[in-house]
Amino acid sequence: MSNSLYRQDFAIIASWLAFGSKALDLGCGDGSLLSYLRDGLEVKGYGVEKDDTNWLAAMQNDVDVIQMDLEAGLSEFENNSFDTVILSQTLQAMHNTEDIVKEMLRVGREAIVTFPNFGYWRNRLQIMTGNMPVSEDLPYEWYNTPNVHLCTIHDFDQLCAGNNIAIIERKVITNGHEVTLMPNWFGNLAMYRLKCAD
Amino acid sequence: MSEINAIGADSVGIVTPKTAHFNASFTLKSGGVLPVFDLTYETYGELNTEKSNAVLICHALSGTHHVAGRYTPEDKYAGWWDNLIGPNKPLDTNKFFVIGVNNLGGCHGSTGPASIDPVTSKPFGASFPIVTVEDWVKSQAMLADYLGIDAFAAVVGGSLGGMQALQWSMAYPERIKHALVIASSPNLTAQNMAFNEVARQAITTDPEFHGGDYYAHNVVPTRGLRIARMLGHITYLSDDAMGAKFGRKLKDTIKYSFDVEFEMESYLRYQADKFAGEFDANTYLRMTRALDYFDPATAFDGDLSAALDKVTAKFLVISFTSDWRFSPERSREIVKALLDNELPVKYAEVTAAHGHDAFLMPDEHYHAILRSYLSKIEV
Repeated sequence: MSNSLYRQDFAIIASWLAFGSKALDLGCGDGSLLSYLRDGLEVKGYGVEKDDTNWLAAMQNDVDVIQMDLEAGLSEFENNSFDTVILSQTLQAMHNTEDIVKEMLRVGREAIVTFPNFGYWRNRLQIMTGNMPVSEDLPYEWYNTPNVHLCTIHDFDQLCAGNNIAIIERKVITNGHEVTLMPNWFGNLAMYRLKCAD
Repeated sequence: MSEINAIGADSVGIVTPKTAHFNASFTLKSGGVLPVFDLTYETYGELNTEKSNAVLICHALSGTHHVAGRYTPEDKYAGWWDNLIGPNKPLDTNKFFVIGVNNLGGCHGSTGPASIDPVTSKPFGASFPIVTVEDWVKSQAMLADYLGIDAFAAVVGGSLGGMQALQWSMAYPERIKHALVIASSPNLTAQNMAFNEVARQAITTDPEFHGGDYYAHNVVPTRGLRIARMLGHITYLSDDAMGAKFGRKLKDTIKYSFDVEFEMESYLRYQADKFAGEFDANTYLRMTRALDYFDPATAFDGDLSAALDKVTAKFLVISFTSDWRFSPERSREIVKALLDNELPVKYAEVTAAHGHDAFLMPDEHYHAILRSYLSKIEV
């Protein structure tokens, strides 16, 4: 993932959070998103991270990080205890994909989900030429990828519709630039701001 | 206790215990009263002029105030958490002033059942009151007053020691900046209390227990204490750790007898003898009871989050995957209650094979967590 795209990703997430709000970042990695939100918006954040090395890095970034496996659900977190629950580029590696999205909207009043769009034209091209896509955003070979649930923008829209989830806002970006024309073809990172449908 | 042959540059070196005498009566939660009492303690490092760098180490069931260093250059054993505490160690004595204290009811210097009752001029024995985690924390706060410490930079403890760190955060929120609660629990499960009951039964049914007044008979309920320790020791290890250490290894060839046949038996008997030779049975009874009684949520209809309502300390909570006596699930209950109160908390579930005893081991990742967390504490 290029650095410029990474920051763009952060900036859009920040634009969807209120100053001083409370956020939970699932799969927070080294805590750089939460540090960014804390420093820029005084967001009170908690992270969840399973990996030891990432956990330690997050702690060194002064992030309040809880070591647990997202696949087991979010039972440590009460209903509506966060303004926003974030799942940044982790959805595709989850086994219980549908459950975690529902859990996010139980714990948070809003949810932010970002994932690499499998419908991006470069991915489609590689499939057409006979191979599973390998790119900067999907850097793994089919046999060693942690990504078990890759999806397209259309697919995710259907998941939301089927689970009574309202899409407040959606942004699609490629190389740090927003894509508005045929995003399921030209966008490589999909970003959703979600809430429960009334 | 850790065994190292030489006193290295990262050791606190030769240490000497001190005793604080409190000339005032102390009423315990059980209703018992101690007319006066002593607390034996050790310190490592220097208290800074702002008195802001003090760290209290709370010991577990069989621990003492001797946390780090050695008493003589020839001393075979260092203090029980020596791998953690010293110059440039994770709990760095160049930065922190570290205090180890023997809890009330103990048998290593602080007033306990074997101490002389000033009223009768005989050992307290059975008449020594039941002590609780709350009592210990209260007495530790008196020690802090005695040492001129308003607030601890951190209170650190594993197992029963972790319960004390948690209690500190509730009882004296203004006097504790950080609580490090390791391999601990907000209360004991029925199974955990059951182990304690078997240990106590082993002691109290020993014919040499004499209702707790064995001092007067010049005997010690060694058999009971040995069995209690063996049982405890098994539960502090994991099946895997015991398997890796002993497996089914034989001491010699099979003799078809009830003597020591397997290495594991030899180890357990050695540990039992060592412990029974240096620990007081009445203290063991009281320490296990303090564990049983600790349950801060009871006063709040079982709501631990409500019990933590007044807490302001920042928390580091650590559990170990193979610890089945104080399992990660129990630590997560503490974490949940902290999250419910929107308190700063970092929680690590360390992959470790050593069971409950893992909290005393110098595991690289575990110590990296402690080093990193402690280095960020401002004093």
